[in-house]
Amino acid sequence: MSDSVDSAAVAAPVRTGQSGTVVRSTVVRRLLRNPMGIASLVILGSIALLAIFAPVLAPFEENFANITKTLAPADSVNILGTDSAGRDTWSRLLFGAQLTLLSALLCAGVAIAIGLPAGLIAGYYAGKFEAVSNWVVSILMSLPGLIVLLTIRAAFGPSVWISMVAFGVLISPSYFRLTRTAVQSVRNELYVDAARVSGLSDWSIIARHIFSVVRAPIIIQTAAIAGVAIAIQSGLEFLGLGDPTKATWGVMLSEGFKNVYLTPTLLLWPALAMALTIGGLVLLGNAIRDALEDGEKIKHRKKKVHAAEDAASASASKVARKTLAAVEAGTEHHLVKVTNLGVGYPQADGSIKKVVDDVSFHVDRGEILGIVGESGSGKSQTAFSILGLLPDNARIVGGTIQFDGNYTVAPGDERVNQARLSKLRGKRISYIPQEPMSNLDPAFTIGYQLVTPMVRVLGISKDEARKRALKLLTDVGIVNPERTFNAYPHEVSGGMAQRVLIAGAISCEPDLVIADEPTTALDVTVQADVLDLLRELQQRLNIGVILVTHNFGVVADLCDRVAVMQNGRLVEEGSVRDILRNPKEPYTQTLLASMLEGKTPMSMLVSSQKEPVA
Amino acid sequence: MIKFIAKRLGSGLVVLFVVSALTFTLLYTSSGSIARNILGDQATPEQVALKEQELGLDQPLVVRYFAWLGDALSGNLGASWFTSEPVANSLATRIPVTMTMVFAAMILIAICAALIGVAAAVKRGWVDRVVQVAAIVGDSIPGYVIGVFLVTLLAIQLGFFPATSTISPEAGPEAWVYSMTLPVIALLINGVTGGAQQIRSAVIKQLERDYVRTLRSRGIGEREILFKHVLRSAAPAGLTVLSLQLIGMLGGVVIIEQIFALPGMGPLAVTATGQSDLPVVMGVVMYTVVVVIVVNLLVDILNGWLNPKVRVS
Repeated sequence: MSDSVDSAAVAAPVRTGQSGTVVRSTVVRRLLRNPMGIASLVILGSIALLAIFAPVLAPFEENFANITKTLAPADSVNILGTDSAGRDTWSRLLFGAQLTLLSALLCAGVAIAIGLPAGLIAGYYAGKFEAVSNWVVSILMSLPGLIVLLTIRAAFGPSVWISMVAFGVLISPSYFRLTRTAVQSVRNELYVDAARVSGLSDWSIIARHIFSVVRAPIIIQTAAIAGVAIAIQSGLEFLGLGDPTKATWGVMLSEGFKNVYLTPTLLLWPALAMALTIGGLVLLGNAIRDALEDGEKIKHRKKKVHAAEDAASASASKVARKTLAAVEAGTEHHLVKVTNLGVGYPQADGSIKKVVDDVSFHVDRGEILGIVGESGSGKSQTAFSILGLLPDNARIVGGTIQFDGNYTVAPGDERVNQARLSKLRGKRISYIPQEPMSNLDPAFTIGYQLVTPMVRVLGISKDEARKRALKLLTDVGIVNPERTFNAYPHEVSGGMAQRVLIAGAISCEPDLVIADEPTTALDVTVQADVLDLLRELQQRLNIGVILVTHNFGVVADLCDRVAVMQNGRLVEEGSVRDILRNPKEPYTQTLLASMLEGKTPMSMLVSSQKEPVA
Repeated sequence: MIKFIAKRLGSGLVVLFVVSALTFTLLYTSSGSIARNILGDQATPEQVALKEQELGLDQPLVVRYFAWLGDALSGNLGASWFTSEPVANSLATRIPVTMTMVFAAMILIAICAALIGVAAAVKRGWVDRVVQVAAIVGDSIPGYVIGVFLVTLLAIQLGFFPATSTISPEAGPEAWVYSMTLPVIALLINGVTGGAQQIRSAVIKQLERDYVRTLRSRGIGEREILFKHVLRSAAPAGLTVLSLQLIGMLGGVVIIEQIFALPGMGPLAVTATGQSDLPVVMGVVMYTVVVVIVVNLLVDILNGWLNPKVRVS
């Protein structure tokens, strides 16, 4: 694993390349490195080989009956014994494997043959076809498989093939839905648009771009469906509704259950064969999914690394706490002081990938600090570590954070001190998120989401909180606060939702507000309003603000000081005036140069301003 | 809300109509000579013709279907061709047996799967790993195989439980619980392992949502976030999982009842299928579709109540 990670990091283009061959070969390699993947392939491979060579390997014909030797225990001739008709269990198990695997393949094949094209058409062209097929799918999915198969059996008599074709039809919606969803998500991607513009026909777009998206999910789905098909077909045979002339695991299970008082071992073999086959398929599906996601391994290894690290750092931090219980001298007056902060994420190979490295800055009351940088520069991660809202797997790998004279990340701590921060969050530190809609719980009214934090944090009554919430909504410029108060999040606009979130952030009169790109998701006209609002509130309440943004315009407009971040490091910090006028770092210069404001337009737009543009 | 329910109920009735028409067509056009099947190989062509007339098989299919539909709407589902027992009566005596078992299993599944799934999502660690492994094992072994082994081990070999669960209603609730234990366990194991796994994913998905982080930033406690916000948002997914399991169980219970010799829908359906006793098969299909429609309607109503957005659209 470490090899592939390293080489990908060195050869940058490979990392971003989504080309089919690279991805596929790594998936296969990951699959083969996963014990679960190997185990499943070995199990399924051996069962398939046994099935293929059943005519050679089986000592007897599937229905050859030696009526003088019924229900016999295992011996050298019948290595697994015989059933009630004197038929050889081992031979029947082998022929059963043949029929069982073939029927599962038939079922999956039928399901793919129907579900895949239907899903492609419905997803790509949408329209009436999609509406009709959705309706058919909802009916098919609402019928229990076994009941349908009983009906088919009543209509057509006992036949493995007919029942498996029917089950294939019945289960085809699972391929249909998978394909349709995948196609829908790809259909509007830019590269598909580009392919369309460049004149590729619909079918070659589907073949080239869309098929590569659904290929892996279909393999996973097929593993699952083959397992279900085996289970249900055997269930039908177990009920005695299968074809009695064929040796299948279901028929054998039924035969074993009839003789359970005499020879219970007869049950064991077909059950074991089924459990191994279905289990192998389930494992294979899981292993492929893991290989695609590449998630499981990271989790496991990380835990081991942790255990060792935890032990080491626990003793280290105890020492550190004793000696460094007081905060850094002379910095108590800062509202927030971040010192040499490092944040990292454990990787699959046991290393830790740093996303924030050696970052130091401070914020005082009544001051707005802008943190600027491109996406991935670590600015949001820095903000979340002050809030103590980093993802679970994030680690503090160095440095300290102190808030109002107390450590929230003490020297040597691996995690943010949640006990301390949970008392500060909402009350003294609050947060304005980037994306307004996804940051409100859709199931609760806006009023509820404003009132509850005030009741919990300030300990005031609901009525009191309601009054304050309405006042806050007016303060943030909402014209009809009553209506917004009673609305659900999906009933208001994005700009309105962002105002609600700002109202929520200041509702408990915090000392520090951390705003993570508060205007990025908004229309340009609304952006200006929201920035004005932020400034007005900040001045009135004299709070400290950390404004995370990638926009120097916002910084110039609002901030007192600015810190520029790149690749997890702080490259430059100073007053806004200094940095905008006289950026020292080349990176800052590049950032400033890439802004649109202040540039000489290249076309003759200036003259056209006087007359309305057509 | 009433409009919403009426709409769902209406589409349910359409489904009922479509499925009944399709099933009827399928059964009555492909079963070969039904009368000969009933009378056996020795019957003369005259006897067969007479029987066909008696069963109304000489009429065109459409006429027969609407006759069946008209009768069905007045509660008459016809009579078994073999026992002459009215199908409605058979269903009435057997549905309670099956449904008590299915509901007992479903309630236990809902409780266990929710508890285990939420615990795995919140605690992660070993609970999570056990749930993952259990889901794989559960997916690998069909419920009826579990049933067969429970009977073999606990009932036949060790004698802890009765091997067949047929008991008279007078035997009292204790005996009933005792006899139902094994079949219900056989029914619920797959449901619990699969359900816990899916509920786990649903809860984790919600825990990673942006609004959960914002709630944390507002000073709301973890417990309140979990029970009030996350579980509520994960509930629709959980309900869908459980409703799909219940629908699947209508098939699974047929085999379980056969294993434990329970006088529910299972033996009726199996016998009717084996004999091509078409009125009974039609009755079984209709009962299934009605249960499915009712379950889906209940899930839709619950989801509408849980999610204000669904209510509006």
